[in-house]
Amino acid sequence: MIRVVHYLNQFFGGIGAENKAHVEPQVIEGPVGPGRAIQNEFGDWGVVVATVVCGDNYFAENIEKASQEVERLISTYHPDLVMAGPAFHAGRYGIACGAVCKTVQDKLGIPTVTAMYKENPGSDLFRSDVYIIETGESARLMGDAISKMGKFAYRLVTGQKIGSPSEEGYFPRGLLVNEISDKPGAERVIDMLLLKLRGEPFESEVPRPIYDRVRPAPPIRKIGVATIALVTDGGLVPKGNPDKIEIRTATHFGRYDIKNIDALNPTDYEVSHEGYDSVFVRQDPNRLVPVDVMRDLEKEGLIGKLHDKFYSTTGVANIVEVMKKLGKAIAEELKAEGVSGALLTST
Amino acid sequence: MERIGMPAVHICAITPVAQMVGSNRILPAQKIINPVGNADLSPAEEKKLRRSIVEKALNALQTEIEEQRIFY
Repeated sequence: MIRVVHYLNQFFGGIGAENKAHVEPQVIEGPVGPGRAIQNEFGDWGVVVATVVCGDNYFAENIEKASQEVERLISTYHPDLVMAGPAFHAGRYGIACGAVCKTVQDKLGIPTVTAMYKENPGSDLFRSDVYIIETGESARLMGDAISKMGKFAYRLVTGQKIGSPSEEGYFPRGLLVNEISDKPGAERVIDMLLLKLRGEPFESEVPRPIYDRVRPAPPIRKIGVATIALVTDGGLVPKGNPDKIEIRTATHFGRYDIKNIDALNPTDYEVSHEGYDSVFVRQDPNRLVPVDVMRDLEKEGLIGKLHDKFYSTTGVANIVEVMKKLGKAIAEELKAEGVSGALLTST
Repeated sequence: MERIGMPAVHICAITPVAQMVGSNRILPAQKIINPVGNADLSPAEEKKLRRSIVEKALNALQTEIEEQRIFY
């Protein structure tokens, strides 16, 4: 009987929602929540002996420490396999799942599997290290995700040959595996090009990474005369959310006037962002967009000018390509308005 | 912003994500839900803390770098 330990966040572990995102790692005997579905999927071949639960904020803010704490809790059960999630599009959770799997694999030598949506930052951070099964975006697809995870887990833990990413449904790990093909490379690339020109789908043999690297911009030489702008993806918007910035998967950004404002007043703002508990930011928006301090620095001549608008959008469950466009648009506007540098605050 | 020559500092609690997406100048935030603040401090102390973080960020804007850097 294969012994399995399952990792979940505070929400799927039944501890609480964002209000419990700070909870430290703890163990619950047996399967919990989605772990029960995993247990059903196993049938006779495996048993979920324990579930380790940790708050998403605690983990994301203490990745190394939390990874070690979770690994220690897991090790006391001597499992044959560790599974984490599925995390779907929940970013902090995906990062935690990836980190737990990597740590367990590296330190304990135990096979692991997790699962998440392709836009989850956890998939980019950890796909090279651990097997991450690709899921849809929403937790409504839990049944499908569990089924895929369970089947893959069985093959992994029983030492069967693991096929290519597209065969098995996991994210490419960046490994180049030589295969024999019936067509030479030159023919294969022409076939691909013809498909591309016809607008038909094709599969690259060496996919490009999503994130490019940008040469660092030169530093500001004379900050005493420079205009600095504040930008945020924490979803801070004026009361009433006039531009209707979405609470997730934002499609646009807003620009909000702060001319002659010495500090952001909590009664004038709200937060449109479902990915974090915004209580502290709503109490004092300067904790996210530090207008108060920037205004002091401006008055003292330590910066030339605080730009008279702050830019805001919502950074949760976003599509990378969309955010790239928003980022480009914000940058171009700032440049056109004579801004020399910016502070971007993320939640 | 960096692509068009404007330096930008990314104040972010989960620095591995900032590194992954390619932010060049990264400054660790206090907490995910309280990036430039600390609710355990008095308002005056909190503002001092916020100022020290923002000053670090401004220093980062004035620092020449060749590759991604986390400004602790």
